[in-house]
Order: sequence, then structure tokens, then C-alpha cells
Amino acid sequence: MDLTFASISEIADAVKSRKVSAKEVAQHFQKRIDALNPKLNAFTSLNLQAVQDADALDARIAKGEDVGLLAGVPFGIKEMFCTKGLTTTAGSKILENFVPPYDATAVARLKKSGIVVMGKLNQDEFAMGSSNETSFHGVVKNPWDLERVPGGSSGGSAAAQASRLVAGTLGTDTGGSIRQPASFCGIVGVKPTYGRVSRYGIIAYASSLDQAGPMVSSVKDAALTLEVISGFDPHDSTTAQKKVPAWSQSLKADVKGMKIGLMKEYMTGSLDPDVQKTVENSVDTLKKLGAEIVEVSVPMTEFAVPVYYLVAASEASSNLSRYDGVKYGYRAEFKNLSAVDLEEFYSQTRGQAFGAEVKRRIMLGTYCLSSGYYDAFYNKAGQVRRLIMEQYLEAFKKCDVILSPVTTAPAFKIGERVSDPLAMYLNDIFTTSTNLAGLPGMSVPYGQSQSGLPIGVQLTAGHFEEQKMLNVAYALEGASLVKGKHPHVI
Amino acid sequence: MSSRGYEAVIGIEIHVQLSTKTKIFSSESTAFEAGDNENTSPVSVGMPGSLPVLNSKVVEYSIKTGLALGCDIRRKSVFARKNYFYPDLPKGYQISQYDQPICENGSITFKVDGKEKTVSITRAHMEEDAGKSNHHGEYTLINYNRSGIPLLEVVSGPDMRTPQEAAEYARTIRQIVRYLDVCDGNLEEGSLRCDCNVSVRKEGATQFGTKVEIKNINSFRFVEKAIEYEIERQIDCVERGDKIIQETRLWDPDKNRTFSMRAKEDAQDYRYFPDPDLQPVIVTDSIIEKYKKELPELPIARAKRFQDEHALPELDATVLTTEKDLADFYEDTAKESRNFKASSNWIMTELLRELNSANKNIKDSPIKPAQLGKMIAMIDKGTISGKIAKTIFQEMWASGNDPEVIMKDKGLVQISDPAAIEKLVDEVLAANAQTVEDHKSGKKKNLFGFFVGAVMKASKGQANPDLVNKILLEKLK
Repeated sequence: MDLTFASISEIADAVKSRKVSAKEVAQHFQKRIDALNPKLNAFTSLNLQAVQDADALDARIAKGEDVGLLAGVPFGIKEMFCTKGLTTTAGSKILENFVPPYDATAVARLKKSGIVVMGKLNQDEFAMGSSNETSFHGVVKNPWDLERVPGGSSGGSAAAQASRLVAGTLGTDTGGSIRQPASFCGIVGVKPTYGRVSRYGIIAYASSLDQAGPMVSSVKDAALTLEVISGFDPHDSTTAQKKVPAWSQSLKADVKGMKIGLMKEYMTGSLDPDVQKTVENSVDTLKKLGAEIVEVSVPMTEFAVPVYYLVAASEASSNLSRYDGVKYGYRAEFKNLSAVDLEEFYSQTRGQAFGAEVKRRIMLGTYCLSSGYYDAFYNKAGQVRRLIMEQYLEAFKKCDVILSPVTTAPAFKIGERVSDPLAMYLNDIFTTSTNLAGLPGMSVPYGQSQSGLPIGVQLTAGHFEEQKMLNVAYALEGASLVKGKHPHVI
Repeated sequence: MSSRGYEAVIGIEIHVQLSTKTKIFSSESTAFEAGDNENTSPVSVGMPGSLPVLNSKVVEYSIKTGLALGCDIRRKSVFARKNYFYPDLPKGYQISQYDQPICENGSITFKVDGKEKTVSITRAHMEEDAGKSNHHGEYTLINYNRSGIPLLEVVSGPDMRTPQEAAEYARTIRQIVRYLDVCDGNLEEGSLRCDCNVSVRKEGATQFGTKVEIKNINSFRFVEKAIEYEIERQIDCVERGDKIIQETRLWDPDKNRTFSMRAKEDAQDYRYFPDPDLQPVIVTDSIIEKYKKELPELPIARAKRFQDEHALPELDATVLTTEKDLADFYEDTAKESRNFKASSNWIMTELLRELNSANKNIKDSPIKPAQLGKMIAMIDKGTISGKIAKTIFQEMWASGNDPEVIMKDKGLVQISDPAAIEKLVDEVLAANAQTVEDHKSGKKKNLFGFFVGAVMKASKGQANPDLVNKILLEKLK
């Protein structure tokens, strides 16, 4: 069995049936990390106990215990998730030494199902970025081309998964942070319906938009992982009370009679020709497989990017207030602390430890919520957001799943857009409205640029209709033009 | 009600600490006695990734308080974040309610100097408390035990005009929340915190003056004193031609004055917005009906019933209803004794005196209502005399025993058998033949009392005094 390219369920089955030990699996991937991470910078810290954890799992299996669905599967966890005993920085200097005393619910559920945490994965600072260039831990390299970004904010997860440093990863998606890097790195990334996965223990960026999801190598692995992490959590009152379907069991590559919506608003404008082609090819494939293609419209999506940045920055400005140097995390050094007034204490601490992009969004959000501006910005954004959601609900009366590009172009070069935040923000044009409407969305690898960069297509479904989306993705995956292709670094 | 031609305008914000067992958004204890930072969790200290989950008891207590204050209960109320930086505010924002509070538009009526006064309740909203900063000169330590303690902030209209009205308003709120059992009303432990907004204006003026907020008042007496001081200070200020500064002042109980804490000139912008971590609080009609049914009879209504149905004087009714436990004690006593006024008398004079001198709560009374009621019934049946009753009462207080047991043990049964009394009378008369002569001849006046005393003494105080009187009168004819 080639562990490097084995699927999640293959590894779990092998470990459970003791064809391979969890320890061997952990050691295999640890070697890969040691060899490749210096090139990629995907991992920010490693779980030094990983092999022991795997060993303990083997001991339980030897005793005949059922250790769970994902027995011995090595996972990497984005820095955004609190992991008990493992440094959790959110990619920021302000949390450089923060070791949480608890696991995020999603991590706890994965652990309960038998995964082995290999380490923490790089990301944009507080998930604010689309290129992984804002991380305190430095930029992550795209394994397909080390001069290019892996996308963001879950860049570490995408790069680690694409180069098979682990068998599965977790990411978070606030405006595209799972789907965009998944597309840039040629993996499957799923952002479930808002409320599907508990946000407890996930460092908040924009609470009403944040969702966690799997970033893995196949649609089936995505379905399986999602099953494990989904479901109501008494610690998060925004989780849904809905039953979690057995998506992986019901997965069907059958799209016959399904209605695939193409969003009018996304089909115009300047798409990179390779992206354009990838989308067209995927539509042709679905047609051939018996799906019906219909045109749908969400006119308000035109405003999705500005609305997203207003909502996300406003919530972030409040969510990030807790990083004040008082209780944990970074604190500015003062020669004589008792002579420093509070305002100086805060501004030095926050000024020294937050990066430029985080500061920009805190300032933008603070402004939006300020008295006199609230109605014009935050409130107005909320109104438009509701309209976007309503228009999506209308669109889903006409189709089962909406297909669209993930980004306008494949992975760009490191440093190319750093100095132009607006250009960077426009990168999120196809992904943000999904979060604003709370819908499930995913990226599935389908095409390739002329220079060999992977290109995904985005699928979006109605609330809690993950199965439909996963089925279409499963069908596309079977017909993918990049199937079996891997980045050259590995 | 005016001072030097000025009128004061007073509004009060009372932070009512709801006596739930656990915090408003997390499950650790709210107990007052706990080691520093013992009652904390990732949620109440604002650790990264932690999320609030609303304690439904807080909603129940808030709705019940709102109903008791005559408020409209919002069917959908919303938690909002109030953003500001302070070390004892762990998240950098307080979860409170802003434009959609759970309770609105209520009022309460109470008496001040015998006159009825109605004060409007603008709103009452749920929020979390912050931690406590303990300043030690060079450094400050923070205790987050209080962080996340549930509060209901009750905001009055600017309807009070005198310090007495203000203090009585605060007392009434305390009385109500204690009746509802949603707050222990302990001002010293901070379970009830009063912030008073005070302004003055020329009598007859319709515009409000600049208001000053007074904080740090931990007794009702200080509410009165602080406002009194503040009114005079403000009038002096206006008379001098100075402008009143909008500010927060603290009450200094040692110096009997208020002093400036911070100016409010650059009003803080709290950047309120709905908390995305919490769902709106939805209250159904049936929930409101349910809680309405569970409301206890409130003090004013109860006092009225004691006057109407028990024919108690207003004073008795008012005193007995100050605390729910006391009113319950009275009713339980009266149920057993079947004598309303006697029950009231025994409680108001004997029992309250003993409780006060022992510094005990009515709940901790060693005498239980059924025992007191039984004792009163025994007086009414003539089993014991009022005098014996006092002895028995003292024994009950000391031992907690039933009155019959004490009566038997101490041989305190009243002698009500006419034959036995007649025998005692005869013995006394025979032993005092000369005095009988003097009485009958009218030689000496007022000897009747002497005989009564002698008979009572011979009976060791146990003879029924009415019978003694009656038999003596006949024998001495």
C-alpha cells in the first residue's frame, strides 16, 4: 500500500485491520513533512507526540477497541483551530505563544474518531488574506510552483494536502479561504452550510461567516471528514440541530436529470482563459453525464465583495479586541510598566503584534460600526446580504447546484498583489457570496492552466444540501482532466 | 419638594444580579465565595475561539421581573456587543442588549410619606458583568469570577424629584426582585447596584438640566444622602453661575460627598452591533402566560389583601409584606391560629424583636409558623393565659419545641376548671379573713386586686384570670 497517496478510508481500514500500524503511518508522514516542509512552509509547528499518539491508538486497537472511523489517519490542522496543548497562533505574532487548554469541537470530534494530529498549518494572519502572505510565520509556497502562492487563507492546509504531507487537513472559510486555496493547489475543499460545523474553539475572524471544513484529496474523503466534524454542538448556539447525513455512504456520481445552474453574473467579465476553459469543460462533462444546464441569476452578487468586506471587517474589529496583552498572547515590553497608561499599553501591544492587513481590517470595521456610519455601512451591508440570500433561494428553485469558477485566475506569483489590497480583495469575487448567504460551497479540481497549475470549479448548493453538491463533485472528479496528477515537488 | 426654588430630576439604573446557579453564557458557578479566578472558564475569560451560550434561566428571571414591573416583553430581543477596552472586560466587548431589550415600558407604584408615587420603567435588559480590577498601587490584579455573572439592568424614567422618592424606588425594586426570588438583593456583595442620574432645574422649567451620574452607592441610605448632596452641589454650582459638567461621580460614604471620577464630555462610542454568536431571544405567548402564572403575589397586592381579607391595619399589612418570607410566615401562622390580628401582633412585636436582637432572618427563626399559630390558638381556647404564652414563647425561641410540649414539661397548663379555681379562691379567702372583712365593709378601697393576685399566686399563675375574677366577684358580694 502506497501510504502517500492512500485515501483516508484506505488508511483507516488498513490501521483498523492491522495491515499497517498507526505508528508506521505517522512515521511515514512525519518523514514527508521533515523532507518537504522546509520548501513549502506549510506546517508552523509539529505535534511532537504524534508517534506516541499513534502508538497509543495501536495499543487500543490491539485490545479490540473500536477507535473510530478515521483510525490512525494523519491530519494537519489549520492554526485557526484551538488544539489542546499545541500552540495555536492564528498566524499572528499576537498569539505567538498561545497554547489552548482545550480542543475546538471539530478537532475534538476528529480526535474522537481516531485521527492523529501531525501539527498545525500555516495561514494568513487571522485568516485575513487570499495568498497566505500575511502570516506571521511567512508565506507558504504552492507545491505546483514554488514561486506562486498556495492561496489563502488556508494556504498551509492546501499546500500540505497537495504535497501529501498528511492524509487530511482542516481549513476555515470566511470568504473563500477553503475553496480558493483548494483550487490553487488542486485539492478538494468543502465549506459546509453555516451552522453545520461548530465554531467552538475556532479563533473567530467574522463570526457570522466563518465555517470549518475539510481540505483533502478526494470528494469521498471530504464527505467522510465532513460527516465526522458536523452536527449540533451545545457550545455553539449557531450550530444547526439538523441530523448529519451519511454523505460518504450516499455518494453517487450520477447527475442524470440534475439541474446545474450557471450564474449569469459570473459568466461575464474578464476570466483567465484557462479558468474559462475549465468551467466550460466541466459544464460539457456534466451535460454528457445527463445533467440539465439552466441559467440562474443572483443580481445582488455584484455587491458581494464590498458587503463581505464591510461585514467581515466589522465583526473582526470586535472579535480581535480580546487580544490586548492582558491575559495571554503577546504583550509589548515596557521599561517601567507601572508608569504606562492603559491606552499606551494597548496601542503598543496591538501595534507591535498585529500585521498590516489585520490593522487595515480592524480600522475599516471600527469605522463601519462607529456611530453616524453604522447605518450607512454595517446596517446597509446587512440589508444587501439578506437580499443576496433571498435571491439565492430563488435561484435554487430553478436548479440543484450552481457551478461557477472559484477564482478569476490560477495561483498568482508571490508578492504580485501584496501592494494592491483592492486587487487582492477582488480575488474573492466568486466565493464571498456563498458565505454571505450561509450556503455550502466547494472547490473540486478539474482543469489545468497551460503552465500546469491546477484549476478547480466551484459548486454551491442550497442550505443543508451538501449531498447534491458532493454528488456533482464526485461526478466531475471521475472525469477530471487532472486526475492522478501531482505537484512535482513530491 | 423644592430646594431654593429648584427642582431635582432623578433617574436610576439598577443592575440586578440574577441569582442563577451558573453564569449567563457559560456553566461555571456564580457563588460569591470563591477563590480568585476560581469561577472561570475559557468563555468567561474570553479565550480565543470560545463562544457564549445563553443560560435560559436568565431569560426566565428577566421575563418574570419584567412582568412584575409591568413591562411589555419583547417577543424577539437581541444581544448586542458593547465594544470598549478595559482589562477586566476580557473580550474587549460586553454582551448586552441595545435597541431590542427584553423588557420595555413598565412602571411601579409605591408610597413615599403616605403619598402614592408612580415611576416609569423605560427598559430592562440582560447583560453580562465584567471582572473586577483590584488596584495595588504599582500593579493591578484582575479577578474574573464576576465576569459573566448575569445582570438585568433596570432603567427608570427621569421621574423622581426627591432623594426620598429615589431611595424608596430602589427599595421597591429590591423588594420586588426578592419576592420573585431572582436576586438576593444584597447591596454589599454587589447583587444590586444603583447608579443615579441627577440634574436640577429652576422650578417650573420644562427642559432638563445637565445630568451627572453617581456610582458606587451600596446602601439605600446612601442613595438618599448621595442625591441630597448632589442636588445641593448642583444648585450651588448653578447659583454661582458655573456650568454643570456631564460626568460620572462616585459617592464617598466616609466624607459624605460625591467626587468626580471621569468627565463624559468625549462620549464613548461603544459601536454596538448584534452579537453574531448568539441567536435572537424568541419569547412565545405561551411562555409569557406560563411565567405569569408562576409569579408570586407581589407586595402591594398582598398588603391590600391582608387589609381587605384579614382586616389588618395598613401598618401591619405593610410591615408584614416587606419580605416575602415574612408575609409567608404570617400567613402560615394565621392559617394555624385562625386569628389574623393576634398572629400579626405576635410576629410584629415579639418575633421581630427577637429576630432583630439575634440578627436573624425570618427564615432562620427557631419558632416555626405552625408552632406560633398553635400557641395563639391555645390562648384563644383558654388553654393558656397570655402571660403563660409569653413564657412559652421564650421557651419556643430557646428550644424550638412545640408549645404543647413546653406547656406539659413545665406544667404551664392553665387551670380552667371552675371547681378547682373555686377551691383556690376559698383557700385564699379563708387565709385572709380580716382582709375579706375590710373589703366587705368598704373600710379599705381597691382590695379586689389583692385577692386576684393572691389567687393567681396560689395557682402559680396558672389559673384562668377571667374565671378567677368571675368567682371572686361572686364570693365577695
